[in-house]
Amino acid sequence: MNPQTKRTDHSALSSRYHYLGRNLLSGLLFGVGLVAFIDEMIFHQLLHWHHFYDKSTKDVGLISDGFFHAFSWFSTIGGLFLFADLRRRGALWVTRWMGGVLLGAGGFQLYDGTIQHKLMRIHQIRYVDSVYIYDWVWNILATILVLLGTWIVIQTKRKERSMKAASHDKF
Amino acid sequence: MISSNHIPHTHQHQWISVDILLILLFTALILLYLYAVIRSNRHYKPWPIFRAVLWVFAVISAAVSLIGPLADRAHEHFPAHMLTHLLLGMLTPLLMVGAAPLTLFLRAISVSLARRVTRMMKTRFVRLYTNPIFTSLLNIGGLWLLYTTDLYSQMHHNALLYAFIHIHIFLAGYLYTLSFISLELPRKTSFLYRASVLLVSFAGHSILSKYIYSNSLTGVPAEEAELGSMIMYYGGDIIDGVLIFVFCLQWYRVAKPRKYQYASYDLVKG
Repeated sequence: MNPQTKRTDHSALSSRYHYLGRNLLSGLLFGVGLVAFIDEMIFHQLLHWHHFYDKSTKDVGLISDGFFHAFSWFSTIGGLFLFADLRRRGALWVTRWMGGVLLGAGGFQLYDGTIQHKLMRIHQIRYVDSVYIYDWVWNILATILVLLGTWIVIQTKRKERSMKAASHDKF
Repeated sequence: MISSNHIPHTHQHQWISVDILLILLFTALILLYLYAVIRSNRHYKPWPIFRAVLWVFAVISAAVSLIGPLADRAHEHFPAHMLTHLLLGMLTPLLMVGAAPLTLFLRAISVSLARRVTRMMKTRFVRLYTNPIFTSLLNIGGLWLLYTTDLYSQMHHNALLYAFIHIHIFLAGYLYTLSFISLELPRKTSFLYRASVLLVSFAGHSILSKYIYSNSLTGVPAEEAELGSMIMYYGGDIIDGVLIFVFCLQWYRVAKPRKYQYASYDLVKG
């Protein structure tokens, strides 16, 4: 192998490890945005399961909904710009980014399914008698996403540590 | 031009003369911008055509919200009213900020005058009126006042108040947009600061929309309040989405790694 490519390989690796936090942040933001988008598109607009406004909504629910609505819009766009930034720096680490997406998506879904739906009562998943089944499916799915995301984030962090240790040995 | 049968005849006559004044104003705005482009092109590199197009669309958007069938309907139909506010308070300002009229103005006038204007742009007064927190309070705070007090119903009985509120809606919207997409400002606040304020004010807008849905305004039927609220919520989303996109794009260009920085520097300056 000629020395030129070897050096580029090394710089690509190190910039990926240098932007560990940005990879995670970009994934997290995009994950929150993605799940909010699916929620709006599928459950509000297509299935009409979720209601725009529920009479039993508490005031704090209105505030929470407004903030998360604004945040999810912001984070979808901002997360994708961070993604583009990572790409142009050659620092994108897709696995870690995906970990962030799962963690962000699961985290927001869990918050939505427990605190926003149940505590603040902004609306229910579906207006049927057996809504508790929907709640369980919703929140178990969210928990799986969170666990999977956390696992990937920890694994990639471990890999970065071992790679850094290895590169220390070499030089 | 006025097709509504609900407005009494004398009233109608009054509105027609206001309409004529507005048409003259909007025509003048377009002609002045084009004249400034011609003057600017004599001394500087050609002014981007897309900015002129944005300006024309901005003026059209303002015109549609103030003259013609939609504007007439807005007097008695809340969803139509909300649509005109979306055009006048959000879309027109966004398009106008994109048209960069301040930069064009500075290029079109003499250098000594331009220097004086630039100095003025740095005064504490201008800095306050382009501070994101201040403009957010002016814009979103103004909306809360309008829709949570009886200001909204009073507005329809007082022509002067009606005019004042609409001028405020536009100006507050313009300063608000400018304070986040601050290409034309001599002093810019940091991206993180602007992002945080933008997030909070956007949330304030969403919360107010749903508040209108749940507490309908005096003199507005419930179905109209509900539809108007959803127009505000989702319409605001679309325009705020573009605002956020342009805001992030500016960050993306500024945060460019050094080795690429000079290749397309002109894109930033326009």
